[in-house]
Amino acid sequence: MRYAETGFNLEVDLSRGNVEKVATDPRDTELYLGGLGTNAKILWDRVPPETDAFDPENLLIFSTGLLNATPATGCNRTIISTISPQTKLMAFSMMGGFWAPELKYAGYDKVIIRGKSPDLVYLYINNDTVEIRDASHLQGKGAIETAEALRQELGDPKLQVSAIGLAGENRVFFASIEQGRSSASRGGIGAVMGDKGLKAIAVRGTKDINLAKPAEFIGLCNEVLEYIKYREDHPIPGVMPILAGLGSPQEMKIHDEKWHTENFMWGNSRVRRKGFWTDEIAKAWTETMESVRRRLISCYNCPMKCGATISVPGLPTYMMKCFSKLTYTMAAMSDLEFGLSIAQKATEYGVDGFSTPQVMAFALELLENGILKESDFPGMPEDNEGRFYWLLDRIVRREGIGDILADGTYWAAERIGNGAHEYAHNNIKKHEQLPLKLSMLNPVYFLMYSTGEKINITQIEGQFPQAPFPKKEQREEFVKDWIQVPDEKFKQYFLDWEPRGENSNPYYPTPQIASEIVDWQEMMHYVDDALGTCAGLSSFPLKPPYHIHNYPKFIEAGTGIPMDKDKLVEITRRNRNLVRAVNIRRGMRRADEKPPANHWKKRFPELEAELLDTYYKFKGWNKDGIPTAETLKSLGLDYVCEDFIKRGILKADEEGEVNAEADQN
Amino acid sequence: MCAEKKTRIVKTIEIDVDKCNGCRACEVICSAFHAEPKYSSNNPARSRIRVIREPLRDIYVPVYAGEYTMAECAGRDKYIIDGKEYDECSFCRASCPSRVEFKEPDSGLPLKCDMCEGEDEPLCVKWCLAEALIYVEREEEYEVEEEKPEDLEIGLEALADKYGLEKLVDTVARLAAKE
Repeated sequence: MRYAETGFNLEVDLSRGNVEKVATDPRDTELYLGGLGTNAKILWDRVPPETDAFDPENLLIFSTGLLNATPATGCNRTIISTISPQTKLMAFSMMGGFWAPELKYAGYDKVIIRGKSPDLVYLYINNDTVEIRDASHLQGKGAIETAEALRQELGDPKLQVSAIGLAGENRVFFASIEQGRSSASRGGIGAVMGDKGLKAIAVRGTKDINLAKPAEFIGLCNEVLEYIKYREDHPIPGVMPILAGLGSPQEMKIHDEKWHTENFMWGNSRVRRKGFWTDEIAKAWTETMESVRRRLISCYNCPMKCGATISVPGLPTYMMKCFSKLTYTMAAMSDLEFGLSIAQKATEYGVDGFSTPQVMAFALELLENGILKESDFPGMPEDNEGRFYWLLDRIVRREGIGDILADGTYWAAERIGNGAHEYAHNNIKKHEQLPLKLSMLNPVYFLMYSTGEKINITQIEGQFPQAPFPKKEQREEFVKDWIQVPDEKFKQYFLDWEPRGENSNPYYPTPQIASEIVDWQEMMHYVDDALGTCAGLSSFPLKPPYHIHNYPKFIEAGTGIPMDKDKLVEITRRNRNLVRAVNIRRGMRRADEKPPANHWKKRFPELEAELLDTYYKFKGWNKDGIPTAETLKSLGLDYVCEDFIKRGILKADEEGEVNAEADQN
Repeated sequence: MCAEKKTRIVKTIEIDVDKCNGCRACEVICSAFHAEPKYSSNNPARSRIRVIREPLRDIYVPVYAGEYTMAECAGRDKYIIDGKEYDECSFCRASCPSRVEFKEPDSGLPLKCDMCEGEDEPLCVKWCLAEALIYVEREEEYEVEEEKPEDLEIGLEALADKYGLEKLVDTVARLAAKE
């Protein structure tokens, strides 16, 4: 018997209409745990770099995490991996909600989709019944509508549905996969689903999930619940309210948006509006939110309330979470009511709440600056908000200018030419970023922006405060009960970090210390993404209930695989290097690893080079960011090393260092 | 003649549907607690508490399993509460022939909440940090009615009618000898 996991994957070939239930190798669980780790292994083994996102050979993997559907609080994430049409690299977007646990109760750890269906279909999974079914009646339907329609027609309110909307069907490069209250949005994975002709996966399961050491596991769960209660009563002083507690940033609950509205950029990530958050605005926005928010809601088996049910008068009800609350509002320089209204449409269409508003603001900026002409926007309304609705409709249908914009700002600029790239200014590796423009370079953030394989800052940061605390006493207070640190040295790093003077950004944390801090933060995300734990209870907030000291116990008690801190750290390194290997094999190199040029006003090219050098070395990568043969072999990734040598990415007799430098010259 | 009064503890779970966030932790821990060996597996389909969820209609109703009932109800009503329409069955705690709720998925045998006997409080309550589930021990007074000699006489008369007085006397004598 397998514990915590089911030990089976579903292999679905949409070209042939074939479904198979395949037993997985327990050794892979020991090496990569599950979730992102085993997804990366499958993509490495089965999707060569010659395969493009929209080739039938590309895989779309819906994965559970190793601890999904165990009683471990907040282990509910679905980890979806494929090749992104936008970045052409590995995309691994994730969503909370209820889908992954349901899949496990149905008896599967992953659904691996390959091929393409000639007609639109959906996949129906009910325990041992797995069928590819006609979805022609769902064509063009919204993602939430689709889920409701399937529950109705199949007469099962407990069905959990992941679906795409019109944007996915039309292969919009920033199309999402939606699941009621959650969505996997980044990297255009919804476009891959649409390209495969797959409208939805509906799941229902009623089987058991087993634990290896039951009493021990429940004891650990109870400790986590106790700590959550403690943290609810003890918010962290001195940080902004949305980051003081646990969960993803509490955007649905907390009304104070001074920090976002005055520090994040408006429009096409251009305008900073200091002094925006007046009493008047605060009152109006609070009223707006309270009048449309019906309930704060949770994901499966989690006490946090990061989402909300939103009913804007005259619009269908939908569910929202986190920062999509403000992205449309700020891109359109409008108010909260507009943002919450257009987000309803965007959710049904199934588009990413970060990229979409920026793409639309980008288009209007191009129009303003004469790079696009009025004639490119035939029939567009005069009013600002009407324009955003009009653009959204064109994009998801790929009509006219919408067809170009549907490829995201980078590829749209490529096609528009005429200097349009200057306006696609907020990308990393062709992917739209949070609208932030700051003054002084922060070395830790520089490394995270540059090297994060998820290409999204919220998916690598966490654990270590974003900024130094002003007073020494505050810092001393903070480190007192900081049990999550992997090593005591991190407390000293934080104590020494000052807002001004010698020990401040950009020279402190030093490149070595910055590397260690980034490594810790990233490591926790890699644990979460393998186990399916929500970052909101682990890698994202300060002082979370899950950390490197109790995770090994969870894994051992859950799966029966002997685990300790060192072994878990090694697994995260293996997974981290495997994901990087997939991207290196697809051509990603040091030159791609940089934040948007205008992210910070004060830049330090020499220091930045030193930061990258130090970090790469710390990670066991060569100067071009390629894992060295030594690193790969030490992690049992010999097969990656062999492939790199075969492809000339590493040289057989050298450690890669020399070869990579030769490449650069 | 006056009836004797006694008190007994009635264990209940009060449900505040306004506080439920629909996470279903109650289903997880319930099914884990009742697994054999304890906590060795979990499966919400075996849980003795269910959250009736319809997120888009903002309906979240945790219901814990009551008695098994042999037959389904003759009529099914709708309730409209606070503008939301609920099926009467939504609130029903019975395991009954008309629906799949509160039955073992394998055997179809009915499930019933036992308040997690042996624990300080039902574990669904312990795991509900939203405090939608509150454990309440209510002391209830009840009257212990004194047995009346006439009642016994009526019963014996009925038996004598059926079996004959002689047979009844023999049986009572035999029972007395056994004591």
